[in-house]
Amino acid sequence: MTPSSDARPESPTGAAHDYSLTGPSSRHAVEAGLVAAEWYHSDVPRKVMKQLMQRSDGPAIRDTLLWVALHIALAVGGIYFWGSWLAAPFWLAYGVIYGSACDSRWHECGHGTAFRTRWMNDVVYHIASFQVMRNPVNWRWSHARHHTDTIIVGRDPEIVWMHPIKLGLKALAYVGIVDAWQSLKTLIRNAGGTLSDDEKDYIPESERPRAIFWARIHVAIYALTALCALVILLSGGGWKAVIPFLLIGGPRIYGCWHMVMMGLLQHGGLAEDVLDHRLNSRTVYINPISRWIYWNMNYHVEHHMFPMVPYHALPALHAVIKDDLPKPDPSIWAAYKDMMQAIMRQRREPGYYLKRDLPETARPYLETLHAAVPERVMA
Amino acid sequence: MPWIDACAADDIEEEDVLRWDHAGRTYALYHGIDGAFFCTDGLCTHEQVHLADGLVMDYVIECPKHNGQFDYRTGKALRAPVCDNLATYPAKEEDGRVLVLIE
Repeated sequence: MTPSSDARPESPTGAAHDYSLTGPSSRHAVEAGLVAAEWYHSDVPRKVMKQLMQRSDGPAIRDTLLWVALHIALAVGGIYFWGSWLAAPFWLAYGVIYGSACDSRWHECGHGTAFRTRWMNDVVYHIASFQVMRNPVNWRWSHARHHTDTIIVGRDPEIVWMHPIKLGLKALAYVGIVDAWQSLKTLIRNAGGTLSDDEKDYIPESERPRAIFWARIHVAIYALTALCALVILLSGGGWKAVIPFLLIGGPRIYGCWHMVMMGLLQHGGLAEDVLDHRLNSRTVYINPISRWIYWNMNYHVEHHMFPMVPYHALPALHAVIKDDLPKPDPSIWAAYKDMMQAIMRQRREPGYYLKRDLPETARPYLETLHAAVPERVMA
Repeated sequence: MPWIDACAADDIEEEDVLRWDHAGRTYALYHGIDGAFFCTDGLCTHEQVHLADGLVMDYVIECPKHNGQFDYRTGKALRAPVCDNLATYPAKEEDGRVLVLIE
């Protein structure tokens, strides 16, 4: 990959650093034709795409049974060896299974692609939403917007790398303290019946009472966890009072590193305000354990281009369209090296982004920013 | 209103969907698992996305962009992020052709 010297010009409105969904960047995105626009898609024959989109309960049931079993086994190990250093690896592993694997389960079940059966998607979605400290209603809608307007400034509520980039905060994300605190504050605010202006921008009015309901459920579970810890403490349990937090809520802090490590790679150092996922998303080849934890979301260009394809079919989709995509990074390490070089340059040149070379077999990047879509008939 | 000849019946595989543009509008034609044919508006009610690029599962069409779902027989919205129902139109097969009644 070679970084491009193309630098996106600063918005004449100076709106490039306004990431709110109701400010000048939002208006600028509408005027530029970037909102709900037609995106680039690689050509895939309908028969092949139909095969790739097919749903099945099998892979997700297998993975979910393993996921649940690991929660139980690792928690039992951590409690059994409590007081000895032998407990540490159990808790570290439990943290990742809870605090990192939850992100991919939240994501795939939110799309409704993990299982064929709808209620299975919904059950796992709610459990994983709780673990990752996301309001299940808010984030369903924010993620829909993320797919409509991926990394469009002023529209996408899930932009992680906001300019100017604060590297200290990004480093802290690996230990989850700031993010977990912010997430908890949002849940408490929602539980109190308040939605922010940004949340109101992407959550339809009819869904808002449900957002408040689920925030109250989440906050109640955290309150119950704190109560359990207090009871253990008052009954002379000493340090054992930490165990409820290690089991519930805590892994979002001490076990989120894998989620953050992979999540930062999804769009980091790449372009804002484009309509071609090859320019703003990253595919990375990673080890099989990380792929299981992350449910193949390392095939991120493929996922954004064709979100109907379930996680277990993403490697097959990659094989079909890879000749139309930039060459994937060969490892997490290589991807970080590329991304961080671009990030450091973005700190000096805010309009810069990593424009990766396309193979000769690929169609050129979509450089135009608007394509008309036909009128719609409403029921 | 006359029935409009939209396509050949075997243009659409069973449990699949086909885009059909007519008189400046776009529609989706479905070949159901019972062999019957159905027609809905061609764009999702959530965003302007062609449903014909989506997945048909039994009597459900899933939008290719955000995975919202509709029952294509009735147009009923089944899964977020779709909230509004989809317009449906009568469709039938006659002599190997799919006919649609557009008011």
